Amino acid sequence: MSALQFEETKTIGAIKFGVLSPDLIRTYSVTQIVIPETYDEEGIPIRGGPMDRRLGTVEPGVRCETCGNFISLCPGHFGHIELARPVVHPLFAKHIYLLLRATCRVCGRLMLPQEEIERARRRAKRLEERWPLLKYKFGESVAKKAAKNTACPHCQAQQYKIRFEKPYTFYEEREGGSAMLRPTEIRDRLERIPNEDLEALGLDPHSARPEWMVLTVLPVPPITVRPTITLESGMRSEDDITHKLVDLLRINQRLKESIEEGAPQLVIDDLWSLLQYHVATLFDNELPGIPPARHRSGRPLRTLAQRLRGKEGRFRGSLAGKRVDFSARTVISPDPKLSIDEVGVPLDVAKVLVVPERVTPWNLEEMKELVKRGPLEYPGANYIVRPDGGRIDLRFVKDRDALAETLKPGYIVERHLRDGDIVLFNRQPSLHRMSVMAHKVKVLPYKTFRLNLLVCPPYNADFDGDEMNLHAPQSEEARAEALTLMLVHEQILSPRYGAPIIGGLHDYVTGAYLLTRKGTILDKKRAALLLLEAGFEGPMPEPAILKPGPYWTGKQLVSAVLDKSFSFEGKASVCRKCEVCLRELCPYDAYVVVRSGELLVGALDKNTVASQVPHTLLHEYVRKLGNERGRELLDGLYKAFILYLDLYGFTMGIDSLDIPPEVTKEVGSIMSAAEAEVEKLIAMAARGELEPLPGRTLEDTLEQRIMEVLSRARDRAGELASRYVGMLKEAVIMARTGARANMLNITQMVAMLGQQSLRGERIKRGFTGRVLPHFKWGDVGPRARGFVYSSFRGGLKPTEFFFHAMAGREGLVDTAVRTAQSGYMYRRLANALQDLYVAYDGSVRTSEGFVVQFRYGEDGVDPAKSDHGAAVNVDDIIREVLARRSGG
Amino acid sequence: MGAREVNILEHELVPQHVLLSKEEAARLLKRMGISKRQLPWIFSSDPVAKAIGAKPGDVVMVVRRSPTAGVSVAFRVVVRG
Repeated sequence: MSALQFEETKTIGAIKFGVLSPDLIRTYSVTQIVIPETYDEEGIPIRGGPMDRRLGTVEPGVRCETCGNFISLCPGHFGHIELARPVVHPLFAKHIYLLLRATCRVCGRLMLPQEEIERARRRAKRLEERWPLLKYKFGESVAKKAAKNTACPHCQAQQYKIRFEKPYTFYEEREGGSAMLRPTEIRDRLERIPNEDLEALGLDPHSARPEWMVLTVLPVPPITVRPTITLESGMRSEDDITHKLVDLLRINQRLKESIEEGAPQLVIDDLWSLLQYHVATLFDNELPGIPPARHRSGRPLRTLAQRLRGKEGRFRGSLAGKRVDFSARTVISPDPKLSIDEVGVPLDVAKVLVVPERVTPWNLEEMKELVKRGPLEYPGANYIVRPDGGRIDLRFVKDRDALAETLKPGYIVERHLRDGDIVLFNRQPSLHRMSVMAHKVKVLPYKTFRLNLLVCPPYNADFDGDEMNLHAPQSEEARAEALTLMLVHEQILSPRYGAPIIGGLHDYVTGAYLLTRKGTILDKKRAALLLLEAGFEGPMPEPAILKPGPYWTGKQLVSAVLDKSFSFEGKASVCRKCEVCLRELCPYDAYVVVRSGELLVGALDKNTVASQVPHTLLHEYVRKLGNERGRELLDGLYKAFILYLDLYGFTMGIDSLDIPPEVTKEVGSIMSAAEAEVEKLIAMAARGELEPLPGRTLEDTLEQRIMEVLSRARDRAGELASRYVGMLKEAVIMARTGARANMLNITQMVAMLGQQSLRGERIKRGFTGRVLPHFKWGDVGPRARGFVYSSFRGGLKPTEFFFHAMAGREGLVDTAVRTAQSGYMYRRLANALQDLYVAYDGSVRTSEGFVVQFRYGEDGVDPAKSDHGAAVNVDDIIREVLARRSGG
Repeated sequence: MGAREVNILEHELVPQHVLLSKEEAARLLKRMGISKRQLPWIFSSDPVAKAIGAKPGDVVMVVRRSPTAGVSVAFRVVVRG
């Protein structure tokens, strides 16, 4: 702790913003600054220069000449510059413009009838009590109304139009031509506006007289906000604002001298506008319409507005941007052998992140051992905190053994992270609550965080270089809260879908299908291996086949793991959508039935084991048996799915896409028929025989008809081809089970790609009259407009490849643009909704108690506990009750 | 368009609005533990408010059809505007 001790003397009741008056600026100032130089030859700050010692101190060991404190206690003090001529404050230019138009150039009154001014004053006063922000909006509308008058209703003086040239120049368009308004003239006019009229405009004349918006005195910020940086080489480097102040002072002095010498008006005006430029860029160096002030190196200066504004500015960067201790970040990689509740932490990280553990009689020996091992040997400790608050850094302790013996209950040992500790794990963007989850530490070698593949969906993580953050909670309360509310298995059911967000993808689905489909039999060795992997304990189930030897089916293994109280019924993803569903008798094994923990029929696939799909076996299992049992299923059975995939040797080769040559030929004939039809259409259009569709031109109609014909032909060709790629082929297994890809992708591989499109149309841009120079002018046939006859397997022709690249690029651009736009939309939504909460009576309220919804979601249902949004599934309940009855 | 009189209260897109009595309103506020201004607002110039004769300070019960709950009940306080 520093020597700073503060006592609470006052509490902030309200904050009011106003404009600094020249008097106030002089009152706050400790000295006037006149000399445009910082240090003399000896390196002593020049008195009266911008580094004047009275403005505060940033050098160690030097006392501030104003308050007598050293750096740690001197808050810094303002100085001031007397401007030789007034200048417009660039950030108030808009207000000045509005006021100049709204008030009379002669008498300074607001150009509205007296009674209207009175009314506006009363209204502004009322608004101030209730809706202070609305007052300014109201004042603006009053000013706009007054600005419409061309003659003053008070003194009848004729008004001229005022032109505002950004960022700070004003002109008056008189009969003889336009004349520039000098800041002195502007200030005179603003001075003439009476206080009462300002109140009608929603301004408080006591804290914001408009003439203060034209500066006569400039406050000089304390040195503490613009410290000198001393490089190792002893070179001194000034802050950008100090540079700016030096420039400003130099011009100010020249202007003052010129005026005193009686220089020609032209010279004075030149210097005056230069002074205006320097003042403007001191406030904001990114004003539109003027070149930014630059450093000698050509780098634009970072002045006051730049310090506050934007992502790296004071607000977003320093105040709202939180940095934390006890955190780590590194690349992630997969580890299917970890539990979903675990996270693999590199040894190097575990030796830096610490957990404070209080020494008790029960852990005294253990803590002593940790202290003896010290900060370098792994299960060790980095610090000791004595009961008096003193910290001992074990890095610098020579005799740790002796120190360890002094350990007594009441000490706190900051020990290394070790297996079983609770940590928070996060991946950005943190879009929903599952983006931060609590995991149990598993210390592992190497340098990456490891996580189970099943938790990829909630984090939206993959392993192409993703990094994630880890935080180690430091208090018992924080750990308890993380453990009960944020632990991974508490988050299996997402409030987003009313479905599990943690669950198998890709290989898990394929593995589940291969293991449980009809015809999978396993010998004793494999069955035992899989049961072991699944975490099964107990005697092997009775084998389903006894001759020629004991064999088990995949379904038996799943049944062995499932809870005996669990029942489920549902359609698999491989379902062919037959007209009459035979249910349990499905010839494709696509109807899944689990009775009392026995997988009776049906192969598991996407609709039973995957994440983000409602009403799956996984979903029901978690709902009925709870998160803990759900985790056991995910940790056990799902691991067996992957192991089976390994044992099976699942792989996809080019032969996976083989189709008989006759089929290829037939695809060709389908396409030539389509081509002929297209040619007929083109010829018809050329002869003018084509009937335009309602609301479309002839060309549009032709385009549409051609696209229809081609897409129909492609579909037919694809269907034909996919019929010959049997269910035995790996690609089809993946598509049908929902593991990855779909049938369209397969037809693109074996039959043809089909039409490539840009903005939903056939590709038509490029050279004049044709897309590529390989085509004839005016050719609107399929090939010339991006129809790809080739398949990926057969290979694309150069033009086809180019068309494919065009469409592919459009897709990439679309994705990039969409994520940026929807990300910003989501950010605004989240910021608007972040303080809403569900009150104990079920209503949704704002932080101020305003009611937003009288019942959360109007039905008061927690979507995570709902049946995909609905409160209850009546069919499900009926089935359950009936089953219970028939059971006993 | 002709100035044909339409009773907006009968329009299918206009949910049912019921003016609450002083006592009913007080009971509602007490039950929810809020002050009147913490209710959602409805302008007294709102066509429905005018049609049912609601004055500033009154509380209106709105019964809507809801895609999630079937029927949902909300309350709005009439404010000047």
